[in-house]
Amino acid sequence: MNLAIRDIRYNRGRFVLTSIGLGLLIGVVMSMGGIYQGLFADAMSISEATRPDIWVVQQGTNGPFAETSRIQEDTRYRIALVPGVAETAPLSFQTVQIERAGKLFRFFIVGYDTKGFGGPPGILAGRGIKQAHYEMVAAQGMRMKPGETIRLGLHDYTVVGVTGKMVSSGGDPVAYVTLADAQEIQFQNDNDAIRNNRERIKATVGGIKALTPAQADLLTRTLTSVTESTHTVNTVVARLAPGANLEDVQGRINRWNHYRAMSDAEQTHVLTTGLIEKARMQLGLFRIILLVISAVIISLIIYTSTIDKMRVIATLKLIGAQDRVIVGMILEQSMLMGLLAYGIGYALIKLTYDKFPRRIVLDSFDLQSLFAIILVICAVSSFVGIRKAMRVEPAEALGG
Amino acid sequence: MYAVEVENLTKIYGKGDTAVTAIAEATLQVKPGELVALLGPSGSGKTTLLTAIGLINEPTHGRVVIDGTTVADEGWTTGLDLKRVRREKLGFIFQAHNLIPFLNAQENVMVALEINNMPKKEAKDRSAELLAALNLGHRLANYPSALSGGESQRVAIARALANRPKVILADEPTAALDTENGQNVMALLKTLAVENHSAIIVVTHDHRMVEGFDRIFQVSDGRITNGENAPLHWPRGRSNNVIAPEVPRP
Repeated sequence: MNLAIRDIRYNRGRFVLTSIGLGLLIGVVMSMGGIYQGLFADAMSISEATRPDIWVVQQGTNGPFAETSRIQEDTRYRIALVPGVAETAPLSFQTVQIERAGKLFRFFIVGYDTKGFGGPPGILAGRGIKQAHYEMVAAQGMRMKPGETIRLGLHDYTVVGVTGKMVSSGGDPVAYVTLADAQEIQFQNDNDAIRNNRERIKATVGGIKALTPAQADLLTRTLTSVTESTHTVNTVVARLAPGANLEDVQGRINRWNHYRAMSDAEQTHVLTTGLIEKARMQLGLFRIILLVISAVIISLIIYTSTIDKMRVIATLKLIGAQDRVIVGMILEQSMLMGLLAYGIGYALIKLTYDKFPRRIVLDSFDLQSLFAIILVICAVSSFVGIRKAMRVEPAEALGG
Repeated sequence: MYAVEVENLTKIYGKGDTAVTAIAEATLQVKPGELVALLGPSGSGKTTLLTAIGLINEPTHGRVVIDGTTVADEGWTTGLDLKRVRREKLGFIFQAHNLIPFLNAQENVMVALEINNMPKKEAKDRSAELLAALNLGHRLANYPSALSGGESQRVAIARALANRPKVILADEPTAALDTENGQNVMALLKTLAVENHSAIIVVTHDHRMVEGFDRIFQVSDGRITNGENAPLHWPRGRSNNVIAPEVPRP
């Protein structure tokens, strides 16, 4: 006869309610793990979709995801000529915040060369970008459908396709546009600013008395052209030819002035360790605290439950029950409570994880580890009750 | 052979100046089929004596023999598995019946059988048979909370009898019952003692119930005051604290 099951069956209301409470707590622990995995997945989202071997960025920076990195677009051609490089693609990244439907809406614009790589990883609805301008492929998180438009800078962009759950390292949904459009959105000034800039250059050059009018006009046009150029990108990514040596290619690019060639592993390190390290530590600490709280709660529940059964335990001892019968009753109840609570927590997260504002990734290894930890906590927590039960004297069953 | 033999049993709590002698040199023997009482006021040491016989309270001195096996000799020095002795040779009945609240009547009896390694099917049959014999055949699935005091005590008796013990120790089994139910329980114990050939030792200070005992040991200040194994008769209607002279059983 399984006394643990019998007790649970008799006190099922209390057991289930307690397990639900514990399950909610475990659900929070799971969600913390899911948020961490989500942070990781988010951080790696663009990198994994692009799959480059090398990220060429501005020298002295850690790349476009960590800090500002600006290099000239035409650098791609130089990089493409490096032995071992199979293909290159310039990419532009920018976070944009606009007002949509009366609410602030943040998203991340990726500009890419439609003839190269670095664009949306797959089209779930509509089509990819075909025109040079004003078309957009939105990630699912943008909650836009093909045909909808959105105003960015000076122009309206039409969503022509929807891609998967692409997000920036900050968790903002991604919108893909052509590189030219992205450069315009990022670097193109509005008309007033352009006029103001031109007047400023004209006045500055006009102040140089040594120049003839023709020279001044030429200098003004040259300066204007330079300052109004938008042919800047945040990175040029490169894929290597089969058999090419990564370090050789990196070394060759690093010898040039103004550039840094980061391997994909270095970029991953920056993304995961640098950008989400603090969040990871914070979440990890939360998880530990919550697990400790769970352990304390389970211990208290089992201890209280044991106190409630002191007379039963004394009676069992008096009629000759072996220690294993009593230990089994307490331990099994604790384990069953842990199992049920884990199930409730898992069901809760499974039902709600896609409703969280940020991505929750339920990693099976993470869940299995948590399952094992919960069982260990239940086993260890039950020792408090078992210790108490072992100290109960059979004589306590006597008396009124 | 006696079912229970107690020789010069002494139990002292504490040491030195704070030592309290709960039982002093108690000696008694109980034969199989006998129903005897340990009678005395609260604090007289009768429950301590019962727990010493029941192997739940280690005697300081003296010897306890159950069914021919010495289980205590100057303390628990015999090396026996006392839990096993309790399981196999002793049955306990309590004042508050001590049924396990989350087990139904049948399971309360079955638990004692399964603890003694009886297979589940056999335990189920025997428990049903025992409860039916105690007129509880219709209450097998009822939990203790749904049983009356008398019914609960009968379930407790069934549990005590489950493993066919040589000795049944009962601590105030009628204290929580009204007179009629108390008398029924005593009559039942008497019948069981004879039918099962078990020795039944009952601790009581309930003078309403003394009629049916074969012998009564008066316990006072830790001593059996009416002499070693002296049978007593408690006349109907007498007040307590008065011990009548021995009257032979018919």
